[in-house]
Amino acid sequence: MKAKLLWPLAIFLVLAVFLGVGLKLDPREVPSPLVGKPAPVFKAPSLAQPEKVLRKEDMLGKVWMLNVWASWCGACRDEHPVLVAYSRAGGGVPVYGLNYKDKREDGMGWLNQFGNPYADSLFDPDGRIGIDYGVYGVPETFVIDQAGVIRYKHIGPVTPEVLRNKIEPLLKQLNKA
Amino acid sequence: MTFTSHRGLGRALRAMALGLVLAAGANLALAADAPSASANPELEARMMAMAAELRCLVCQNQTIADSHAGLAEDLRQQIREMLAKGQSEREIMDYMTQRYGDFVLYRPPFKATTVLLWVGPAVLMVFAIGTLVVVLRRRQKLGDDAFDPDDAEASSPAEPPAAR
Repeated sequence: MKAKLLWPLAIFLVLAVFLGVGLKLDPREVPSPLVGKPAPVFKAPSLAQPEKVLRKEDMLGKVWMLNVWASWCGACRDEHPVLVAYSRAGGGVPVYGLNYKDKREDGMGWLNQFGNPYADSLFDPDGRIGIDYGVYGVPETFVIDQAGVIRYKHIGPVTPEVLRNKIEPLLKQLNKA
Repeated sequence: MTFTSHRGLGRALRAMALGLVLAAGANLALAADAPSASANPELEARMMAMAAELRCLVCQNQTIADSHAGLAEDLRQQIREMLAKGQSEREIMDYMTQRYGDFVLYRPPFKATTVLLWVGPAVLMVFAIGTLVVVLRRRQKLGDDAFDPDDAEASSPAEPPAAR
């Protein structure tokens, strides 16, 4: 009889553990299959200079970040000061932008207004490069190593905490290699 | 059950049926809105069939066929172009999972990480039926005197004690 009384408690505990873990999971954060794989090849005009072409091959040999942004993206505005501060501080890796599904003049206007933290920005008006990179929630940020392999992907705005706790330790480790 | 509660049940069922009809209507309306930019209806039908198998990552409980999100429109266009180029459905599905992972598939593949997903409900069902059989067998063996209507605990061992 005693054991029988414990059953509901046991079932409740199992359920509570499952629901508790479920609460911690963010369904928006889908693990990217691209992490650990070579970054998709791209060939895109620069946002600022339409005649200049940026290629993935040009990036080989250095650790860099690719930050997907757009002038229409509200969360990008929250993130932007963090990136501007990172670039201004110096000593970090170059950050390249991917101006995603935007108009050239809107993108340029946004950078003039809020500051330009990017070494350069790829211009991707129809979102094709975005699809290749599995972008579904702007802003997104990729860390790409010397060999052109994606090492980390962050979905949503990069906060000072993410930068300090996740990205910077990884960059340090990658730069040592 | 009394007469009045029967009527209440009927009303509830009617309300539920109405809700289902409305929901189905809303679905049809959404499907009808989905833009079809291609002049080739056969290609368009194949594209929509594939899009119905893919999850829109922006609004996660909708398929790419249903969704109006910009990304869903782009991906429909991508499927359209790949089909027009003669690529197989297999190739297109691979293209999608390479970029967005298995999560993009509404029917995820059976593999180590998805075993619980596929087998879980069946295991729970077997466990539930097993429990039911055990409980009923045990009850069958009890004598009539075990079923005292005033003693809730003895007559319903499968239910949690009503201690409050």
